[in-house]
Amino acid sequence: MAFVPGQPVTAVVQRIEIHKLRQGDNLILGFSIGGGIDQDPTQNPFSEDKTDKGIYVTRVTEGGPAEVAGLQIGDKIMQVNGWDMTMVTHDQARKRLTKRNEEVVRLLVTRQSLQKAVQQSMMS
Amino acid sequence: MSAAMDTESTYSGYSHYSGHSKKAHRQGSRDRHKSPRSKDGSRSEKSVTIQTPPAEPLLGNDASRAEEGQDDNWGETTTAITGTSEHSISQEDIARISKDLEDSVGLDCKRYLGLTVAAVLGLLVFLTPIAFILLPQILWRDDLEPCGTVCEGLFISVAFKLLILLIGTWALFFRQPKADLPRVFVFRTLLLVLIFLFVFSYWLFYGVRILDSKDTNYQGIVQYAVSLVDALLFIHYLAIVLLELRQLQPMFTVKVVRSTDGESRYYSLGHLSIQRAALVVLENYYRDFTVYNPALLTASKSRAAKHMAGLKVYNVDGPGNNASGQSRAMIAAAARRRDSSHNELYYEEADHERRVKKRRARLVVAVEEAFTHIKRLQAEEQQKAPGEMMDPREAAQAIFPSMARALQKYLRTTRQQQYHSMESILQHLSFCITNNMTPKAFLERYLNPGPTLQYDRDRWFSKQWTLVSEEAVTSGLQDGIVFVLKCLDFSLVVNVKKIPFIKLSEEFIDPKSHKFVLRLQSETSV
Repeated sequence: MAFVPGQPVTAVVQRIEIHKLRQGDNLILGFSIGGGIDQDPTQNPFSEDKTDKGIYVTRVTEGGPAEVAGLQIGDKIMQVNGWDMTMVTHDQARKRLTKRNEEVVRLLVTRQSLQKAVQQSMMS
Repeated sequence: MSAAMDTESTYSGYSHYSGHSKKAHRQGSRDRHKSPRSKDGSRSEKSVTIQTPPAEPLLGNDASRAEEGQDDNWGETTTAITGTSEHSISQEDIARISKDLEDSVGLDCKRYLGLTVAAVLGLLVFLTPIAFILLPQILWRDDLEPCGTVCEGLFISVAFKLLILLIGTWALFFRQPKADLPRVFVFRTLLLVLIFLFVFSYWLFYGVRILDSKDTNYQGIVQYAVSLVDALLFIHYLAIVLLELRQLQPMFTVKVVRSTDGESRYYSLGHLSIQRAALVVLENYYRDFTVYNPALLTASKSRAAKHMAGLKVYNVDGPGNNASGQSRAMIAAAARRRDSSHNELYYEEADHERRVKKRRARLVVAVEEAFTHIKRLQAEEQQKAPGEMMDPREAAQAIFPSMARALQKYLRTTRQQQYHSMESILQHLSFCITNNMTPKAFLERYLNPGPTLQYDRDRWFSKQWTLVSEEAVTSGLQDGIVFVLKCLDFSLVVNVKKIPFIKLSEEFIDPKSHKFVLRLQSETSV
């Protein structure tokens, strides 16, 4: 997940589809995000590279739609419904995830274990 | 005798000239005068003639010293020569005699002579321009050209320049000698030689060209005299620069460590010769170092004695004077031995600390209470109660008994009791009362050991100093020089280090360039 400026970012991703849950007037997804290009990347506990300014999942509520869909804590969100999430501000990320007229969000997330699994399967 | 020339006497600038020219036949007298004032610090060895020689000579040759086991009765059978005969004199008498010797004969004679010679020389040099101007008038007045306005103007200038020279010389050289240094000042000698050559060459020229040929151009003669005075003023300027200004800029840092207890200080010095640096160090020693107290050293000495006394070496394998082997065996055994002397030291010191603190607390309370018994009478009140008025001395005597015991005990615990006699304490007390000092100010003198200057001259232990140095004492300070200033009881080891060359560069910061940004890490739940 190292970011080389000027080169396309390649990562092994997993598709996660979350159905939003209606709670009163709000549609909630059941997780918290951290990071963004306007934030301080060195304080991110989940990133491998401390200059990575991407959006990370910092908390997943138990029994929420995100956990049900398979989202794990520490995942980096690469795309939301086709929109890129690797170079967005924190607020832009929040807005993309909480659009009122969308019931389902399709995320592309990556995590370190995915990369390792692919490498192991390639070697064996 | 030439040691007198070394003092910073009044005309010291000129006195070295005499030391130089008459040095040849003064050498002998120098040695003669030096010997009673030998500053080796081993004066005791030179003047005490009564010693207790060791008992061995009566046993025979030295080789038998190792055979300790052979003659067990040697303690009873030998006779020793001791110093307890009827005509013996004690150590104090000897010290007194040698002090009297040095005080009477040496110093005054040398300094007096030096001063006289310097005065004569100074006067001579001062009168030379006046002589240059007056001699033609006296000798061939009729042939001289009349002195016009320019010439008379020159008279005024000569007069004032001589006055300035006089004031300058008085300011620079007329000082009380503050020290007696072992060797001559190099710069002063240089200046003296310069002055002598200079004046001599002027007189030579004057004698040959003017006196012999009876020159009639009086204005030229006066101008010649003016040039002499100008050059003398410039030499005076040179003297200021060489003697005073050059050493002002600090170039060396000097570390001074006292050998007995390790107390150390740092000083900054400029370009000085070793003997002058030693002088500076000593002047600062009296002010900065706490007074030397031999009573404080007994603890470590007794510990050292115990270390040595713990082990004895027996030579089991027969004769063989292997001294180095024995000492090595002792050191190894001492290292292996599990002694608990560190324990003793620790508990002893903790105990001593506690005792001192307790006594100090008692002392402070006693003094504070004593001071409350005294009140200062204002001027108006003085007329009203004439009966019980006391002056400071009487007031001090009145309150002293209540604190005397606590003070005495405290001084005994800190081993300072010889430094303060009852008279000195009373004097100090009346001094403090006169100047409205608080009890704490009164006690400041007794709670902390002060510098040597604070105490009576008899308790100083350090009045005669010897400079021990591997380099010549008139050579300048260099990096890494070590010299030692010894007095009878202890010595000061002085280590010279050069102040490093400092490279300073500049960086400009625009005051508007100070900008900051917040480092956030927010977490939003979606």
